[in-house]
Amino acid sequence: MMVGYIIRRLLYIIPTILGVAVLVFVLFTVAGEDPVRVALGQHATPQAIADLEALWGLDQPLWKQFLDFLGQIVTFDYGESYFTGEVLSEAFASGALVSLSLTLPPFMLGLVLNIAIAMMIAYYRETWIDRFSTATAVISMSFSYLVYIIAMQYFLAYELEWFPINGYAPGWDSIPYLVLPWLIIILVSIGPDVRIYRTIFLNEMQANYVRTARAKGVSERSVLFVHILKNAMIPILTFTIVAVPFLILGSFLMERFFSIPGLGDLMITAINNGDFPVLKGMTMYITITYALFNLLTDLLIAAVDPRVKLN
Amino acid sequence: MPRVYINHLYWEAAQKLSRRRLVVICFGVIAVYVLVALLGVFNLLPDYQTRVATGYEAPSFELAKLLGTDIFGRSVLYKILAGTKTAMLIGVLVTSISVPIGVILGALAGYYGGFVDVGIVWLYTVISSVPYILMVIAISYVIGKGLIAICLAMGLLGWVGLCRLIRSEVLKTRNLEYVAAARVIGANDFQIIFSHILPNVVHLAIISASLQILGAIKSEVILTFLGVGIQDGASWGSMISDATGELVQGIWWPLAGVVFAMFLIIYALNVVSDALRDALDPKLRGTTEVADGESQVGVKEAVVQKA
Repeated sequence: MMVGYIIRRLLYIIPTILGVAVLVFVLFTVAGEDPVRVALGQHATPQAIADLEALWGLDQPLWKQFLDFLGQIVTFDYGESYFTGEVLSEAFASGALVSLSLTLPPFMLGLVLNIAIAMMIAYYRETWIDRFSTATAVISMSFSYLVYIIAMQYFLAYELEWFPINGYAPGWDSIPYLVLPWLIIILVSIGPDVRIYRTIFLNEMQANYVRTARAKGVSERSVLFVHILKNAMIPILTFTIVAVPFLILGSFLMERFFSIPGLGDLMITAINNGDFPVLKGMTMYITITYALFNLLTDLLIAAVDPRVKLN
Repeated sequence: MPRVYINHLYWEAAQKLSRRRLVVICFGVIAVYVLVALLGVFNLLPDYQTRVATGYEAPSFELAKLLGTDIFGRSVLYKILAGTKTAMLIGVLVTSISVPIGVILGALAGYYGGFVDVGIVWLYTVISSVPYILMVIAISYVIGKGLIAICLAMGLLGWVGLCRLIRSEVLKTRNLEYVAAARVIGANDFQIIFSHILPNVVHLAIISASLQILGAIKSEVILTFLGVGIQDGASWGSMISDATGELVQGIWWPLAGVVFAMFLIIYALNVVSDALRDALDPKLRGTTEVADGESQVGVKEAVVQKA
């Protein structure tokens, strides 16, 4: 039954992928700017244009180009970048690794930290601690992400010189460059995440099993840590896992500000150059990971919550 | 639900809101920004491109120089006011594209079910799979970079969350007894959707609209900063972009001014949308299920990354 469900869900992904493929193809091949013009400039000879079109396969009829694109999706081989000539599957893999090293550690740390803060606030619900934290959360959410980056980069890196201002080194050497971006990502996540987790905890606190636990004399602390935490993890996980596919994409702003060569940076560069193979390939990667993680989320939830039936 | 009862619901909500001082102040702040935007639309704001002093003059007590001047000696305050017009315009345009799409498609999917539902669910799955920033770029290629392109892009992508929510609410509502009763007395599908079902879910659209305006304002700043948003004219995003380099030279006032102007309107919208949510639908308190425009730009911003 489980296997049948997974197969059915995997089949459902196909129309989504086809839809995204059509959308991306129409946007970039049919409607988009002509990459040959971008590459050769205004004064290219007709011969040069024809040569480059033949090289990139743009002289083929549209239906043929679309079929080639579908072929690329099936084989995960998106060819080469128009501009750097890099093989895209390799560029994506190395870029994804860099992006993950930027986004994954603060994601994990932030998750634990924010759940802890939210539990503390829920424990002190309806006291001044609760009111103060909730008000602070709204204030912190009202600054643009840009403000956090500019302020932290200016004070911690430029004025105090605690961190390098920007840059990147491969491998373990990258860590000194990543600490400040990690801090910023965590800091920005505190406001919105704590607010949501607090609501989840408060909702759980009204459940019958909590009343039962209290009635049989369980202490408030162990109600919170033993009974409520376990149940609250279900909505928290649902809320969190959907973000995981996007971790691979990195963060456009972070990578731009701190010159980190991840996928976000690759995408912005591709956008500026009209490098369509990169854009098409990346979109398809994200679509497929996103769909797979949605499936994974549902399976996980069914695994931890016996009330949920897969069908 | 009878109309009288629904009107009563909104009356009660309005009364609840007017009793909270912070909420009333925030409504006032929003009104001021709207007024500035209207003045801008009718070209009544002072021209921000005129030189009022020498370059990089620190703030002083004179209207044009209240927030100092920029590199060309133009008033930072006037630039911020012009940027306010851009930001508010984007907020309103994006919302007026995305909210109607979300409500109509959500209602159709929830009410008819079957193939209509499958089609609409497929459509929003596809749309939410394409990274937001790519969509903005793609639309810019077709109609040219600028205000219209980012409004269209944000509007055409921003309806998914609301649509999902309306769809699931309508799914619950369509089998209720009063809908069956309406059908029995001969109401057609159109009447049932528009006068019997939608009034029960329209508060979701109101809450979503306030969040969409907020998200659009934050998104525009980031998109413009990345070079894919507003190309000419005043924008908070391009001001922040310029101000980053100036900060190192000790020129702090342009950045401080923009940050404060942005903070004030976003804070007011945050407070008001929270208050609307509490007053109109206590069930939703603190959730982000209602479309959060911003979460699409930085792709799930709320959690990991706001760009």
